[in-house]
Amino acid sequence: MNINNKILKNEERAIFELRELYQKYGYSQFKMSKFEEYDLYVRNKNFLVSDNIITFTDTNGKLMALKPDVTLSIIKNSKENDKGVKKVYYNENVYRISNGTKSYKEIMQVGLECIGDIDTYNIFEVLKLAADSLNIISDEFVLDISHLGIISYVIERMSVSAEDESELIKCISEKNIDGIVKICKEKGYSSDILEKLVQTYGTPSEVLKTLKELDLDMCCEYISELSEIVTYLENIGYGGKIKIDFSVINDMHYYNGFVFKGFINGISTGVLSGGQYDKLMSKMDKNSKAIGFAVYLDLLERFEKSDKRFDVDIVLLYDENAELSALNDAISMLTSNGKSVMAQKCMPDKIKYKQLLKLQERGVEIIENNA
Amino acid sequence: MKTMLNIALPKGRLGEKVYNMFEKAGFECPSIHENNRKLIFENAEKNVRYFWVKPSDVAIYVEHGAADIGVAGKDILLEYEPDVYELMDLDIGKCRMAVAAKKDFYDDVEKTLKVATKFTNITKNYYGKLGRDIDIIHLNGSIEIAPILGLSDVIVDIVETGTTLKENNLEVIESIVDISARLISNKSSFKFKNSLIEKLTDEISKQMEESND
Repeated sequence: MNINNKILKNEERAIFELRELYQKYGYSQFKMSKFEEYDLYVRNKNFLVSDNIITFTDTNGKLMALKPDVTLSIIKNSKENDKGVKKVYYNENVYRISNGTKSYKEIMQVGLECIGDIDTYNIFEVLKLAADSLNIISDEFVLDISHLGIISYVIERMSVSAEDESELIKCISEKNIDGIVKICKEKGYSSDILEKLVQTYGTPSEVLKTLKELDLDMCCEYISELSEIVTYLENIGYGGKIKIDFSVINDMHYYNGFVFKGFINGISTGVLSGGQYDKLMSKMDKNSKAIGFAVYLDLLERFEKSDKRFDVDIVLLYDENAELSALNDAISMLTSNGKSVMAQKCMPDKIKYKQLLKLQERGVEIIENNA
Repeated sequence: MKTMLNIALPKGRLGEKVYNMFEKAGFECPSIHENNRKLIFENAEKNVRYFWVKPSDVAIYVEHGAADIGVAGKDILLEYEPDVYELMDLDIGKCRMAVAAKKDFYDDVEKTLKVATKFTNITKNYYGKLGRDIDIIHLNGSIEIAPILGLSDVIVDIVETGTTLKENNLEVIESIVDISARLISNKSSFKFKNSLIEKLTDEISKQMEESND
């Protein structure tokens, strides 16, 4: 089958290319139904981006939900005794509240999960695929990477109360240094290291230099893990696009280790989000580790720099006396030149066309040119 | 094409003060001083474009990326919780969010408290933390008259000097949070216009340090 690339919308083209990419690395597609038992989401409410879920009662009286997330279903279906690492990708609609309108929206999501005995290579592979995915969408991208091990070590050392911890984490995610200083001053914590961690943003070499100056020996294991992987990502051609940013912070009750977010120049929010979620696995009674990410394709719609100002290239008018064969010949001739043609008996309202033609006995006559 | 830094400023006195800080930081745009009704001003030489918007809308422009950075009050950020970076406390436009009531008000904790406010989200969060049952009455202005007319028991509103409260026979009974103007940035713009944004924040922190000395 020949598909004209022009017909595909940005997000449709991205779906095909992303699927091809993930399959190349041995990820198999995970397919699921639109519905899942509500129970699954209630138990892991905070893992979800929002706790608003569309529910309904199934014919057998069970409370069901339109899936707001795919990761939980994949984990639920992963078997404990599988040897090796389970690699899956998905391309599914999820149902979430949209921020602006506060109403439900269907969002196309593509993502992948890597579940099992995760080692450094697996982490690298997932991060590389995240960078590759962004690169498919646009070469002007940034992948922000953080390591929660470092942040949680620093916060633990400050021995803050649970309430202050969540306040601090909110400030970290907002890069709100004045807020961090204020909380620490009020409660008598030392904010120095946290302040510097949040302030530092940039290429791995810059940030790793700053980390060296901080007293972080106790988590050098995390730092060297971070350093190894980001440096290698830079070496395979993503220099300048990989940044270390400790403000990337996912819920620490579920996530640990690497977390990351991807941004595209021209799209106002992050389009890719992921991380290691071993803690979620153990909450769901699984022994294995896991890492994955999702790409929000609904955001690509606005990214398209389209110059679409016409509904159709040509409107071809014909009258009742027109012969079927003459009409078909004319249309075939025009479409074979790569034009789109809409045949109409009378002018429809509100149609924007480049050219208006009329089929006469002698042939086709140009009535109006707009382009 | 050069990258432009789009800056949303709140209309009014605060916005003018902020512009002066930005001007000193090397992001000047002389055309802004022309006395006309234009809302957008550009200085291509300095890669900067300013626009005046309603103060409560600044966060919306920044969150959606129409502006890369902007200046908004902490009250707006707490109320709308936009997904933005809060880069700096500019230490101007200072006031506080507080609960106020009539001078002879007695808080009967057995009753549901009626609260009139423009800031429903802040109010909900504040009383939620206290575990207090409340009814929120959303008003868009002249909040002070609500307790006087018996529309509500208390109000949650911004208090600057307290003059308006005093003149209406009200007093602050509880402070909720201190408010000041914050420099906010769109998350995506922060990555792609990082050098411009960092230059601006560096210059402004220098200014603030100088004025503190």
